[in-house]
Amino acid sequence: MASSTRVTFPNKLLPYLLLAPQLAITAIFFYWPASQAIYQSVLREDPFGLSTQFVGLGNFRRVISDPNYLNSLHVTVVFSIATALIAMALALLLAVMADKVIRGKGIYRTLMIWPYAVAPAIAGMLWLFLFNPSMGTLAYLIRSAGYNWDPLLNGNQAMVLVVSAASWKQISYNFLFFVAGLQSIPKSLIEAAAIDGAGETKRFWTIIFPLLAPTTFFLLVVNTVYAFFDTFGIIHAVTSGGPGKATETLVYKVYNDGFVNLILGDSAAQSVILMVIVIALTAIQFRYVERKVHYG
Amino acid sequence: MANVELTNVRKVYANSVEAVKGVNIAIEDGALCVLVGPSGCGKSTLLRMIAGLESITDGTVKIENTVVNNLGPAERDIAMVFQNYALYPHMKVYDNMAYGLRNRGMPKDQIDKRVREAAQILELTHLLERRPRELSGGQRQRVAMGRAIVRNPKVFLFDEPLSNLDAKLRGQMRVEIKNLQRQLGVTSVYVTHDQLEAMTLADTLVVMNGGSVEQIGAPLDVYEKPASTFVASFIGAPPMNLVHVTAGKTGLILKDGTHIGAEGLSVPASGAVIGFRPEDLEVAAGDERHAGGLQLDLKVLGVEPVGAESYVYGIVGGERVVVRVAGRSPSKTDDHLRVIIPKQKLHLFDADGKRISPS
Repeated sequence: MASSTRVTFPNKLLPYLLLAPQLAITAIFFYWPASQAIYQSVLREDPFGLSTQFVGLGNFRRVISDPNYLNSLHVTVVFSIATALIAMALALLLAVMADKVIRGKGIYRTLMIWPYAVAPAIAGMLWLFLFNPSMGTLAYLIRSAGYNWDPLLNGNQAMVLVVSAASWKQISYNFLFFVAGLQSIPKSLIEAAAIDGAGETKRFWTIIFPLLAPTTFFLLVVNTVYAFFDTFGIIHAVTSGGPGKATETLVYKVYNDGFVNLILGDSAAQSVILMVIVIALTAIQFRYVERKVHYG
Repeated sequence: MANVELTNVRKVYANSVEAVKGVNIAIEDGALCVLVGPSGCGKSTLLRMIAGLESITDGTVKIENTVVNNLGPAERDIAMVFQNYALYPHMKVYDNMAYGLRNRGMPKDQIDKRVREAAQILELTHLLERRPRELSGGQRQRVAMGRAIVRNPKVFLFDEPLSNLDAKLRGQMRVEIKNLQRQLGVTSVYVTHDQLEAMTLADTLVVMNGGSVEQIGAPLDVYEKPASTFVASFIGAPPMNLVHVTAGKTGLILKDGTHIGAEGLSVPASGAVIGFRPEDLEVAAGDERHAGGLQLDLKVLGVEPVGAESYVYGIVGGERVVVRVAGRSPSKTDDHLRVIIPKQKLHLFDADGKRISPS
């Protein structure tokens, strides 16, 4: 006979009061704008905002058949996969290295975590100053080494630049979690594996990496969401979606169409689609990837 | 199978703490050697040095007459059972046991044969497809043992393997480990802080204190002739009674001048410590006494009945004494109890706690 371990408050009102701030924030900053977006997405507004007209799914139809939108979807997929993979792989590498350091462990960790404190737009500016073909310090070095570095004209190079900047910023966050994940693996497991004749590389792939799976999975979800949404500032600062829409991700296109071109209906339809994509992605990750994760 | 030989083994950590101070131990082929001592005495460090998990500052460790100081843990052909079992949580029991064999490139059919054999010995066959978190503490312990025996190593190392189990299971596993070790005949080093475990398991008992070996010997020899007051108080439960004495005009006297007999026993002028096991005290009927033995008039502080026997705690001349009495004890708190100890049951230590050759 299992007794209920649920905590009950003597006061009926208190639990709701305690939840209220969080609920209010979610309602004001998510449900309200999201419902506004859904409402907007079925309307068409004239350029001066004088009249609105109900168009049903017309906006969605137009957005989906727009080649620019499909291009943006493609850009987003490339950008997100590259950013998430690079940010996670490098963070894991650095975390494993930092775990081996004995002297000055704290200093290394602190230094590694700093980039996270830099705002996305500032991070973008830093990378722009380093790699802008006309004034970038490192761009100058690359060009003098004989490589034709010009992210302002070359779309692929622009993509490399924004992916690098976006990954660089996220590495700190991932690093922090991987370090914590590594620390939670009992030393005796590693020792047992060493006695069992597994070399360092083998130990990593057969013991450490599988045991980090919960951390890796969590970071996969977070990094996907990050690459989709939080990289707006970086893209805006570094390339503004250019050259020729080569780095225009879905989020950037929502902003561009809505706030620059003032096609509010299309922009709203796009953000609704984006919301559905992210919800679907997260659901897939939890449904299929998490199965392969062993907790504890 | 192999002998293990430690010669002047020292461990000094980077912060210049000397954890192990020149230890010499020789373990015969097939013997079970138990390292016992309080926490921080260096016993685990010593075991980890044999395993190759801790570097050796000084001295040599030999396995099967080969110096292994510079070999990695995998090359020493040892297997270790950890206190927390260190089972790989993401692997099934089968894979946990097969992991070490796979790493050594053993053919699949042979691995399967070995794992199933070991599983049968340890009654794990029905658990092979489970993961460690689905097992009870005792079963995990068995898997850890299984992982050690499939490898068929030269030496087994046990690092407090039973301390995470409850008392009943611990007793049961203790017997199983002993039988298994006998059956396989693999040289073993076993670390524990539990003197009962040490006494019952050991062929050779090594009592350690503060990074040094206090005494090495067969368990009962150590029990009967402890080399120091430390060993005397560590081995045996309840521990040996130790009383500070000086020579009086006739026999010995306590700090407060109480005469306690033992005429003819010569003790150093600087004073001595006299020891006697709780079971060697006899409750005296009237004025009865042993020639040359001790007699103490105890004031009873309390009685602890544990069933088959009772422990009577008393005090005499400021020294606390435990008496083991069979069955129930009629004594009550604040009673006076006269106890006598025969001369041949006395242990004598000098003021520094070292044993003085029996009088």
